[in-house]
Amino acid sequence: MSDDRLLTIRNLRVVYPGDDGDFRAVRNVSFSLGRERLGIVGESGSGKSTTGRAIMGLIPYPGRVEADVMRLGDIDLTRLDERGFRRLRGKRIAMVLQDPKYSLDPVMPVGKQIAETHRYHFGSSKQAARTAALEMLQAVHIRDPERVYHQYAHQVSGGMGQRIMIAMMLIAGPDILIADEPTSALDVSVQQQVLAVMDEMVKSRGMGLILISHNLHLVSSFCDRVLVMYAGQIVEVCDAGRLHEAQHPYTKGLLTALPELGHRRAVLPQLRRDPEWLVDLPAAVGAAS
Amino acid sequence: MSVATVAPSPNEWVRKIAGPIRRVINVLFSVALTFLGLTCVTFLIGRIIPIDPVLAIVGDKASRATYDRVANEIGVNLPLPLQYWRYLKKVLHADFGVSLITAHPVMEDMTRVFPATMELALLALFVGTVFGIPLGVMAATHRGRWQDQVVRFGSLLGYSMPVFWLGLVGLLLFYAKLGWVEGPGRLDVSYDDIVPTVTGLITIDSLIAGETDVFWNALSHLVLPASILGYLSLAYVARMTRSFMLAQLKQEYVLATLAKGLSPFRVVWVHALGNVWVQLITVIALTFGSLLEGAVLTETVFAWPGLGLYMKNSLFNADLNAVLGGTMVIGVVYIFLNMLSDLIYPLVDPRARSRR
Amino acid sequence: MSATGLRVGAPTGWRGWLLDPAPASRRQARFGRWYRAWLGLRRNRLAMTGLVIVLALVLIAICAPLLANHAAAFTQTLEDRLQPMSWAHPFGTDELGRDIYSRVIFGSRITLTIVALVSIIVVPVGLGIGLPAGYFGGWIDAVLMRITDIFLAFPRLVLALAFAAALGPGIENAVIAISLTAWPPYARLARAETLTRRNAEFIEAAELQGASHLRILFTQIMPLSLPSVIIRLTLDMAGIILTAAGLGFLGLGAQPPAPEWGAMVSAGRQYLLDQWWVATIPGMAIFIVSLGFNLLGDGLRDASDSRAG
Repeated sequence: MSDDRLLTIRNLRVVYPGDDGDFRAVRNVSFSLGRERLGIVGESGSGKSTTGRAIMGLIPYPGRVEADVMRLGDIDLTRLDERGFRRLRGKRIAMVLQDPKYSLDPVMPVGKQIAETHRYHFGSSKQAARTAALEMLQAVHIRDPERVYHQYAHQVSGGMGQRIMIAMMLIAGPDILIADEPTSALDVSVQQQVLAVMDEMVKSRGMGLILISHNLHLVSSFCDRVLVMYAGQIVEVCDAGRLHEAQHPYTKGLLTALPELGHRRAVLPQLRRDPEWLVDLPAAVGAAS
Repeated sequence: MSVATVAPSPNEWVRKIAGPIRRVINVLFSVALTFLGLTCVTFLIGRIIPIDPVLAIVGDKASRATYDRVANEIGVNLPLPLQYWRYLKKVLHADFGVSLITAHPVMEDMTRVFPATMELALLALFVGTVFGIPLGVMAATHRGRWQDQVVRFGSLLGYSMPVFWLGLVGLLLFYAKLGWVEGPGRLDVSYDDIVPTVTGLITIDSLIAGETDVFWNALSHLVLPASILGYLSLAYVARMTRSFMLAQLKQEYVLATLAKGLSPFRVVWVHALGNVWVQLITVIALTFGSLLEGAVLTETVFAWPGLGLYMKNSLFNADLNAVLGGTMVIGVVYIFLNMLSDLIYPLVDPRARSRR
Repeated sequence: MSATGLRVGAPTGWRGWLLDPAPASRRQARFGRWYRAWLGLRRNRLAMTGLVIVLALVLIAICAPLLANHAAAFTQTLEDRLQPMSWAHPFGTDELGRDIYSRVIFGSRITLTIVALVSIIVVPVGLGIGLPAGYFGGWIDAVLMRITDIFLAFPRLVLALAFAAALGPGIENAVIAISLTAWPPYARLARAETLTRRNAEFIEAAELQGASHLRILFTQIMPLSLPSVIIRLTLDMAGIILTAAGLGFLGLGAQPPAPEWGAMVSAGRQYLLDQWWVATIPGMAIFIVSLGFNLLGDGLRDASDSRAG
């Protein structure tokens, strides 16, 4: 059953030791990813971004990552050292961050940055890498790739910047894309564009996508399956179309709190947090998916 | 569908240069103002001395007529702003008066001694930069570990040390006790005046003239003071580099570049350092400035015949013209270096360059 | 055993009260902040060393007559000149037969005086220029900052030299000369801090309550700017001590027979080869004190950074 799964995770834990006790950012998170679009929804501090980074081995010291199982195909991620992760990043798993103004190197032309990924993973010549980069720019629907190639991060608009990010991260042909709040810094009108580009790339290459966001509506309309995280744990797993059947009170609370056009309510219900939700759940939730 | 790139129109060109030009003008204006401020300060310092300047020239046996004549020449009876104006005009012509000790124009004296200071300062700066920057980068990338601690502590020691004390200790240890280097002075007396002056830097001039003996002798005199000053420069450069790099390493693009799968080496030395080198230019300029400024102390300890020693001797002989002249020159170079670092940033940083 | 919540192993008791992530009162929050900063500082052994050195300087300066013999520091006994280190003279004697140990101890008073005087001048001047500049903006800001920039571009030691050349040597002139070039960074700092807070809502609230500009500046903005000013001052202190020592070395600071450390180094220069202690020991004192301030300043800055970020 888990053979065609791209990524399998059982009981992932990320802990940051500190003065006032250990902070458990992620606890007993389990799920698996196939060639599908999986969404992880949660508020700030729920551990969703940390989960994404843990998969890529980007949790900084003194954070600790532990898991019963963390497998990419047949590679055991729990045993990888930094070198090992480096071989995977960009090549097998890629990550797109939130704001291209900050996640692109400010002093290098963006085209060069895309080409750089290509050169590093394939050892290609400058010319070949440049050509590949231009092709990628076209693939993400950027008009006039020649001109954009030489521009700097602050000169391109948000939507274009994100597409450049996507080009840069996907040029080496990874199997999995982790998108961490990819549209949160964009105007609503541009969000759809970027999502469409991402969708196209993921579909045409048969990739798996993990979309991390705080926006439940976005995730439910874009993804196939949804994981809801709260306080470092997964509290709900379901297919996107079946969200209205959600069990956990947190998810239900989120759903009712969403404003809807055309449905007037005098008072928007607020989410009432139950401290019960902080208790460690049995590992069963999410393990079966 | 790609459109061929079109060359920018004349209007665009004007707009492109307008921004940077305006910035340059701004900086130049600041510099001019600062320069005026400096002349003001030196002028006022020159006027607050309790000694009667006329008396200093004519002596106390002069007649009333001579006194009056000289007084008029110097202009001590004129209102202060007018005196300042005359002073300013002289300064702009590089006329700092005549030195009491050498009886030569101060400017001439300074041209003679300045190269010695430059030679030492340049070498020290070189050492400080070439070793300081990599050490700073290493400290930042190994934050908290022993490499970081060593660099931090070494730097700390460096800029806590009084340069004159370190110089003395260095002379005691490496010259007197161990005999590894030559002592005070630029050259052994026997080598004086063999090499014709081209640049004023003995090391270069001796190579040009082909006198390798002189070259080695000059170098061995240079080693100790340059190392000590180099160490002190290195301390500052390494510390600032570390601090800049740490700020960069926190940025999102570092994470993103790592996520691309690039090696940490490339991320640090190409991307992070690439974002930092402009700030480093400022640091280097400032370091050079402080090397010149501290020359008074260094050259006293090593009997190095540069501008610093000249000023100290003038000080001890109450040669105010020379002291003020030296202050002006060092002040101007200092201001110039500050200006340079101000100017470079907008010219080089692509973010500032294309600010609309 | 199943753990609840995100945090495990949180401390209890008064430490728990201080470190409570959700303080219940302003007092608790403020004490909690100080405690966290202190913890951060205490963890830093180097910073603690710096603190010890600085405190030692203050103590030694205050208790100088108890620690050393005043007469030994000033009485010239020429038969005893240039004696090496011994029980009677822990640091040896100088070229006029005076006990170097006593002179170093009493010299700490001069160092402390210079440090104190410069601080007293520089901080108010810097705040007095920087706070209004940041607060009122406009032409006031432009003019004040131009003046600040002009003084910022002056070379400190050289200007102090010229100053002393004109006015004559002496500790007061040295202090004035150093202060003249030391104040600009504080003006800049105060201005930056003011700009950050100027549009904060609590300032607006104070204005709405009818507080005058002066009152707001004094009671609200200045106290918030003080921590970074103090940290900067501690860091600068080392440089100030070095400059003062440099001036002393050139004979421009406190005049003989005052046991100013820089002047002592200069006097010991000609005996460096055989009686190295005369020049080396006072220089060591300068070094240690400077180091102490640097360590402390670095530690304070690290502690405040980690608190803020």
